[in-house]
Amino acid sequence: MSAATSGARTVRTRDSRPSVLATALLMLGAVYCLVPVAWVLVAATKSGADLFSTFTFAPGTHLFANIADLSAYRGGLFWRWMLNTVLYAGVGAALSTLVSAMAGFGLAKYEFLGKSTFFNLILAGVLVPGVILAIPQYLLVARVGMADTYWSVLLPSIISPYGIYLARIYATASVPDELVEAARADGASEARLFVLVALPIMRSGLVTVFLFQFVGIWNNFMLPYIMLGSDRLFPVTVGLNGLLNQGATQPALYTLVITGALLSILPLVALFLLLQRFWQVDLAAGAVKA
Amino acid sequence: MSRSAPYGFLAPAMVLFTATLALPILYSLYLSLRGVQVQGLGLGPGARQEVWVGLSNYRQSLSDPAFVHSVVRVVGYGVLLVPTMLGLALLFALLLDSRRSRGGGFARTAIFLPYAVPAVIASLLWGFLYLPDVSPVTDVLHGLGLPAPQLLSSRLVLFAVANIALWGGVGFNMVVLYTSLRAIPTELYEAARLDGAGEVSIAVRIKVPIVLPSLVMTLIFSLIATVQVFAEPTTLRPLTNNISTTWTPLMAVYRDAFTRDDIYSASATSVVIAAVTLVFSFGVLRAVGRRAFAER
Repeated sequence: MSAATSGARTVRTRDSRPSVLATALLMLGAVYCLVPVAWVLVAATKSGADLFSTFTFAPGTHLFANIADLSAYRGGLFWRWMLNTVLYAGVGAALSTLVSAMAGFGLAKYEFLGKSTFFNLILAGVLVPGVILAIPQYLLVARVGMADTYWSVLLPSIISPYGIYLARIYATASVPDELVEAARADGASEARLFVLVALPIMRSGLVTVFLFQFVGIWNNFMLPYIMLGSDRLFPVTVGLNGLLNQGATQPALYTLVITGALLSILPLVALFLLLQRFWQVDLAAGAVKA
Repeated sequence: MSRSAPYGFLAPAMVLFTATLALPILYSLYLSLRGVQVQGLGLGPGARQEVWVGLSNYRQSLSDPAFVHSVVRVVGYGVLLVPTMLGLALLFALLLDSRRSRGGGFARTAIFLPYAVPAVIASLLWGFLYLPDVSPVTDVLHGLGLPAPQLLSSRLVLFAVANIALWGGVGFNMVVLYTSLRAIPTELYEAARLDGAGEVSIAVRIKVPIVLPSLVMTLIFSLIATVQVFAEPTTLRPLTNNISTTWTPLMAVYRDAFTRDDIYSASATSVVIAAVTLVFSFGVLRAVGRRAFAER
C-alpha cells in the first residue's frame, strides 16, 4: 500500500525505482520452490546412514556409489522405468499432438456436418474429471486383453480435448485461408496441404500442445498405477512409489528412492529450461467464446 | 476439395474420443446401476449373477462414513489450498509484471520449476523433508532448544499434503496469469501512471480486472484437480500412519474397485464425484464467468 500512497504524491519517475519488498517477496517464492530440489541434490550424495543423522543440507560423498547401487537394483530396473517414462510421455505426447493438430485443423478450416456437435463434445471433454474414467477404462482395456501392456497406458493418453481445443485456436489464428486456397489451386491434396502448409505454420503452438501433454502423461500417476501389474512396464513414478512402499520395511531402499527421484527430474528440468519461451499459456484465449 | 477430407482429419480424434472417453463414461454409468446377486451358497458357476440394482449403489456410497469423511476432508483441503495457491500465483505474476521488482527472470524460472516435477516425486521429496530425522526444521528448532512439530501427525498432515500441491501448482498458475498480464497493452495504464497512480493501485484497479477471465480458468482447473487429489496422499502413505486408504474420495474409489473388488459401488462413487465436479465447474463459469468474460 505504501507504494500506492507515496506514488500518488511524488514525482512520476519514482514509481519505477526498485522496490525492496517486491523483490524480496519474489526471492522468497523462489527459495521456497528451490528448497526441495536443492535437498534432493544434497540427499542423493549421502549414504543410507548419513541420511538420517547428518544435517539436512550437509553433502555426503556417496553420489556415485548411490547411482551404482540404483543401477544395479534388480538388473537395472530403474533405467527401464526411465525408458518406459520416455516412451509413455514422449510417444504419447507426439501422437497426441498429431491427432490434436489434425482435428484442430479440420475444425478450423472446413465446414461439415456434425462439426459443432463434435466441437461441443470436445469442450465438454475438457471439463470431464479423470476420476470417472479410471475404472471403466481399466475394465474395457482388460476386456480386450490389453491390461498390463504398454498400450493400456499409451492409448488413453493420446486423446486430449484441451490439445484439440488449443490446436483449433492456433489453426484459426495462424493459417490464412488465402494460403490454403492458393495451395489447392496449385493442385495440392488436402493431406499435402496439412503436412506442408499448415503444420509448419502451427509449429510453435503445437510445441505448447506437446509440452502440455508430455507433462500431463509424465504426471498422471493413477492411470499406470491401475493399468500395470508387472514392474517392468512401470513408468518411473509408479516404480519409485513402489520402492518407497518397500522402504517402509527396508530403509536401505530410501537412498535408492532419493537417488532415483533426482535422476528422474533432471531430464525434465533441463527440458523446461531449454523450452521456457514456449510456456506462454493463455487458458482463457478462446474461453471468451465458450 | 473432397467432401470426405474433414472427416479424414477428425477420424483419429473421433475414434479415440469415443473409445477412451465417451465409452468409459457410459460404461461407468451402466456399472453404477448394476450389482452382483448371489444365489444359494454362492458356490459354483452361475451362482453370482450381475443384475440391475437401481440406485442402491448410490445410496450405499453416499452413506458410507469413510466416503463422507473423505469428502469433508477434501473440502477442507480445497479451502486451504486453492485460495492460497491462486493468491500467491496472482501475487507473483503481478510482481513479475511490476516495473519495481528485480530478478524477475530468475524468480520466474525458479517458481515455475516445480511444475516439471511429477506429483509423486514432489511428494517423495517433501515426504522426506517432513520426517523429523531428515527435516531441516527439526534441526533448526532443536538448535534453538524448541520442540519440533510432527509435520505428518494427524493434526498437520492435511497441511503437509496441501503444501505439496501448493508447491507444484503455484508456478504454473503464475505463468498463466503472467501471460495474460503481458498481453495487456501498456497504453491502458500509461494514462494512470501519468496521473500519478502507483504500481499497487494500477495492479488492483486495472490489471486484476483484466486478467479475471484467466483467473476464473485457473480456478476451475484447480478445483477439478483438487477434487481428484490422489498421487500425493498415496505416495505419503508409507511415511505416516495418518493417511488412511480412504483419505480422499478418489482413494476410496480405488479401494472399493481394486481392494474390495466392488466395481459397482466404486463406479457409483466416481459418478457422484464427477457430477459434483462438473456442477462445480459449470457453477463457477456461470457465476463468475459471465461477469468476467463480459468485461472483455
